[in-house]
Amino acid sequence: MLASLVFYTFGFILILSSLFVITARNPVHSVLFLILGFFNAAGLFVLLGAEFLAFILAIVYVGAVAVLFLFVVMMLDISFADLRKDAMQYVPVGLLVGGVLLIELTMVFMSWQASPELAQNIAHPIDAAAQANNTKALGLILYTDYLLIFQMSGMVLLVAMIGAIVLTLRGRSGVRRQDVSKQVSIKRADVVEVQKVTSGTGI
Amino acid sequence: MIQSVDVFQDIKTAMPEVATAAFALWLLVFSAFKKHQAFAVASFLSCAFLVGIIVVCFGMFGQYDEPVVAFGGLYIQDYFSLSIKMLIALGTLISLIYVYFDMKQTQIGRFEAPVLMILSMLGMFFMVSAHDLLTLYVGLELQSLALYILASFNRHSYKAPEAGMKYFILGAIASGMLLFGMSFVYGFAGHTGFGVLEEVLNGTTYNVGLTVGLAFMLVGLAFKISAVPFHMWTPDVYQGAPASVTAFFAIVPKIAAICLIMRLLNGPFGGLQDQWVQIVYALSMASMVLGAFAGLVQTSIKRLLAYSSIGNIGYALMGIVAGGADGGASVVVYMTVYMIMTAGTFGVVLSLRKGGVAVEEIADFKGLSKTSPFHAYAMTLFMFSLSGIPPLAGFFGKLVVFKAAVDSGYIVLAVIGVLTSVVAAYYYLRIIKTMFFDEEDAGMDEIQIVPYAAQHGTLVATLAVVVGFCVVPAVLIEYAEVLVRSLF
Repeated sequence: MLASLVFYTFGFILILSSLFVITARNPVHSVLFLILGFFNAAGLFVLLGAEFLAFILAIVYVGAVAVLFLFVVMMLDISFADLRKDAMQYVPVGLLVGGVLLIELTMVFMSWQASPELAQNIAHPIDAAAQANNTKALGLILYTDYLLIFQMSGMVLLVAMIGAIVLTLRGRSGVRRQDVSKQVSIKRADVVEVQKVTSGTGI
Repeated sequence: MIQSVDVFQDIKTAMPEVATAAFALWLLVFSAFKKHQAFAVASFLSCAFLVGIIVVCFGMFGQYDEPVVAFGGLYIQDYFSLSIKMLIALGTLISLIYVYFDMKQTQIGRFEAPVLMILSMLGMFFMVSAHDLLTLYVGLELQSLALYILASFNRHSYKAPEAGMKYFILGAIASGMLLFGMSFVYGFAGHTGFGVLEEVLNGTTYNVGLTVGLAFMLVGLAFKISAVPFHMWTPDVYQGAPASVTAFFAIVPKIAAICLIMRLLNGPFGGLQDQWVQIVYALSMASMVLGAFAGLVQTSIKRLLAYSSIGNIGYALMGIVAGGADGGASVVVYMTVYMIMTAGTFGVVLSLRKGGVAVEEIADFKGLSKTSPFHAYAMTLFMFSLSGIPPLAGFFGKLVVFKAAVDSGYIVLAVIGVLTSVVAAYYYLRIIKTMFFDEEDAGMDEIQIVPYAAQHGTLVATLAVVVGFCVVPAVLIEYAEVLVRSLF
């Protein structure tokens, strides 16, 4: 009873905040509603017993992605109202395509039949001892069974990082950089000059 | 199959990938600290490394008579994957030579270009060795992500960021489709490993959800090989990217993607052949028809080659439709020949510079027979080969594919293939006509020939293969039959 009440609360707020994300006039409000949506989705994960995913959602999506969005939205002077004006003309087509896809997928799910081996296959990687704590269970397989994928994901992130640097970094001229060794090794004679100034004249 | 458990054993099995990853990381750091000539040194070292990788793959051949599965079933190494990796490394080597000289001339070269190409190649290696849907996906992403960056590598051009952006957004949608399809398959079978999927799916009767998943996965993969109707990005990206990067796009990633599709459809989805054959049939037919007809009206050589590559993917898919070891072998032969021909064609295009940049328009080829007879005759041979005129290599590529299709009873598809190659021959021959019979315009003396021996050497080598293939056509065809045996 209590669980279903919590579920419906989280679900309702999630749907509502998602709606606000796309309807809010102020883009900053959109991002804030997005954060609210993420937190409620994290709540739903906790209800499912997937607390690790809930943490990740809160830390990565709220902590990093959404805050980054917020920065971008506030830093860039984009008139979202103008963008949205043109976007309205695609709504009918979008609704049509989306509606057809929704009906088709509903039909697929209505007639859904899983393979008889499903239960046995799906339990495969998880150690029975770690069942109760899925953070531990994930930790146990992530660096062992799925080592290769983990490392490959690292390479993907590296490529993303190289890309960000390649596409944005440019050598600027006229920038004064601090060079510590140059500063330290400087001699008195390099910077100070003693001049004898006779009175009444300049240098 | 042998299931290894020892991680050192796994690393030994995945030697090409481990070496490539280590080299890419080292090269990145090494070049970042190199103040002068970083691009030249990085390119040269990468070329040397690629030669090394080909040797390593060749050396590993003897130990993989039987497929070896490593990393807990995520990775497979067999004859097929090793051979295709050699092909991919060769294609990357040729592209890297082009990229180096092209970027040197346009002065956009930075050491990240060879590093990204090596990382992209790493993704392709994983694609051909994928034995799990996860490996497949992450390999594909690694490969594509590096390509998106390479597409917009020239920041001074307004077209390059457009190309990169289009490629990135459409690629992301395609990846979404692929993942969506995978989730259906996982929802049905409860596992992502190819071995388990093969067992589970082999005995199943028709299942709607599973077929929908398969269809979505094929949509995602069809995008990566730019099969019609998922080809829209190809002409724009080919046109916008630097010419040598376009060469890389046209030559290498398609081989990896086609081989991945072959392994996927014949391995885990082998039991669902009745369902995927229709989809691949439609993709093949649409690609051949559109590739032939849309190419007729192009004025840009890069767009023309984009449509040519779309058409060629149609022929390769015909081999997959034909199925079986013969069909598989025909795909491998076709892709190998296609790679060499396309590499040669781009070699000619990249040798001709107008204001430092590779020629863009077909009109720039006017009167080439007088200004540079060698390039005109080389281009003629490549164009004859692409249109499938015997005795050049392209003819044998088409021949084996058509033969496989006819033997499997897909006569309609084969007839369409022959007809569309006649249509496509028009635009290939039009270039020859432009070179030999059109009078040069007033501005023609602007065209310069690059002075680099290495680039011309590559061109001559591809030319030698295209011409010399007819002497020993059976070698490659028999070899292809041996190596696809590990798939079936």
